[in-house]
Amino acid sequence: MKQQTMQTTPKKKRLSRAASSIEPSGIRRFFDLAATMKDCISLGVGEPDFVTPWNVREASMASLEQGYTSYTSNAGMIELRTAIGEYMLDRFGVDYDPEEEMIVTVGASEAIDLAIRATIDPGDEVLVATPAFVSYEPLVTMSGAVPIPVPTDASTDFKLTKERLEAAITDRSRAVILSFPNNPTGAVMNDVELQAIAEVAEAYDLLVFSDEIYAELSYDTQHTAFSALERMRDRTVLISGFSKAFAMTGWRLGFVCAPTDITQAMLKIHQYSLMCAPTPAQHGALEALRNGREIVEKMTNSYRARRNYIVHALNEAGLSCRFPGGSFYAFPSVEATGMDDETFAEQLLIEEKVAVVPGTVFGKGGEGHVRCSYATSMDALQTATARIEAFVQRHAQ
Amino acid sequence: MTKDKELELIRILEHHGRIETDVLAKMLDENEEDVKTGMKKLEDEKVILSYGAIIDWNKVTTEDHIAAMIDVKVTPQREVGFDEVAARIQRFPEVTALYLMSGTYDLSVMVEGQTMEGVARFVSNKLSTLDAVLSTTTHFRLKKYKHDGVIFDQEEKDRRMVVSP
Ligand SMILES: Cc1ncc(COP(=O)(O)O)c(C=O)c1O
Repeated sequence: MKQQTMQTTPKKKRLSRAASSIEPSGIRRFFDLAATMKDCISLGVGEPDFVTPWNVREASMASLEQGYTSYTSNAGMIELRTAIGEYMLDRFGVDYDPEEEMIVTVGASEAIDLAIRATIDPGDEVLVATPAFVSYEPLVTMSGAVPIPVPTDASTDFKLTKERLEAAITDRSRAVILSFPNNPTGAVMNDVELQAIAEVAEAYDLLVFSDEIYAELSYDTQHTAFSALERMRDRTVLISGFSKAFAMTGWRLGFVCAPTDITQAMLKIHQYSLMCAPTPAQHGALEALRNGREIVEKMTNSYRARRNYIVHALNEAGLSCRFPGGSFYAFPSVEATGMDDETFAEQLLIEEKVAVVPGTVFGKGGEGHVRCSYATSMDALQTATARIEAFVQRHAQ
Repeated sequence: MTKDKELELIRILEHHGRIETDVLAKMLDENEEDVKTGMKKLEDEKVILSYGAIIDWNKVTTEDHIAAMIDVKVTPQREVGFDEVAARIQRFPEVTALYLMSGTYDLSVMVEGQTMEGVARFVSNKLSTLDAVLSTTTHFRLKKYKHDGVIFDQEEKDRRMVVSP
């Protein structure tokens, strides 16, 4: 028999101010709509279209067969951290001590959260170069701090400039979040351009959270790690992970490299909230670092060809699009149609069944642009760009 | 076309031989005429030998499609080593691939035909009777799982979900 309970209306508030203050991600609405459509081509997915390389999957299965099913040390398996250290030195020329200056995290996502929580107090301001990955601002807000967007735009190829950054700084500015190669614009910044940002960071004593998860996906130039810049190592929290380069999004594995005081503060939070990153994933990642270079190169070559294709095809279709130097997103302007980016994305989805993400989802700087992920098959890209062309022709002003 | 671009072109063509030149040009960030010239050059230099398709014959014909790999031991000939006997074997239309091997035998001969008897006849009447051939061991292929880097009977499904953010 069903138990009768007296319903009482809770008098105390039930939701935290932090949770109430943030909005659900803006990408979702589009995907919900796209998911109901047949023959819809999605250029909306922000993850590789490759399955994780077989040797990585195999290594993880082997680790399970051998019974590696318990927790690892809080900071992650020391073999993995050592391999990460060697990889970062070899690939990007930055040297970190695996014992003290590194934590293996549950995705770069957790690393970003930890970096903010370990260093930022309520009321502090955190500058976010936008358009940016959708998590940054909410994570800052949830820590009680205030995100201050610093917009970049097409006039500087979506690179952050010294002037823009300086203009946003106040007495309460504590840190800046950078992410180059960028999601959603694909912009990359070279060492000279980053050096200008470094000078501002130094002059105003800012921490720099540098999310370099797309570092491997730099198509035309060698990636510069922010901490490799002069005098920047001590104020940089370098965030990266396995999701994008190694096609390992579902494994939930990232890492962070930073000076000891910061990693040790992050480690306290990590150890109480997550304990450690998943063990099978750590074994897979170890294999990825030891024997994955060639496959990463193959995948990168494939993305590069698809980038070239989509940028030419979008321009031919009438949407002006720069050549993005990294990540796997093209970020064309939809100005030619006279629509704002939300209307464009919605109409394109309804009329032509192509899903793209409106740029404003990533911050004000994204206005008038849409994000097209080219991590999808050449066939799908050809069909999608043909449909976009038909759409633009119909709506061209 | 730079050497790097040429290599990129080769890599793309190896997997998508059928792709149109205007699409190729976009993928390479080159103009179409240069791509055409580049392809012609690679064909002339015999870097590109042919544009093939990988077919799962089981799906298109009910006729049997028999394939066998034959390990062949041969006596190498003075001066020309294995090349002369290889030159004779490779001309048989039944032979679809031929490799010189290290190990317990010398030549690996891939033979395809419509019947088991046809393949057997080829081995007994043509291959074994060559002077240089000492012995043959024929292995019939039972099933093709992977060929030229392509896995057969694999539905490539995009399992990516629509997740926020
Ligand atoms: C800039 C950026 N940082 C971090 C992430 C999340 O990475 P992870 O899967 O390692 O949590 C993403 C995913 O889209 C991203 O675009």
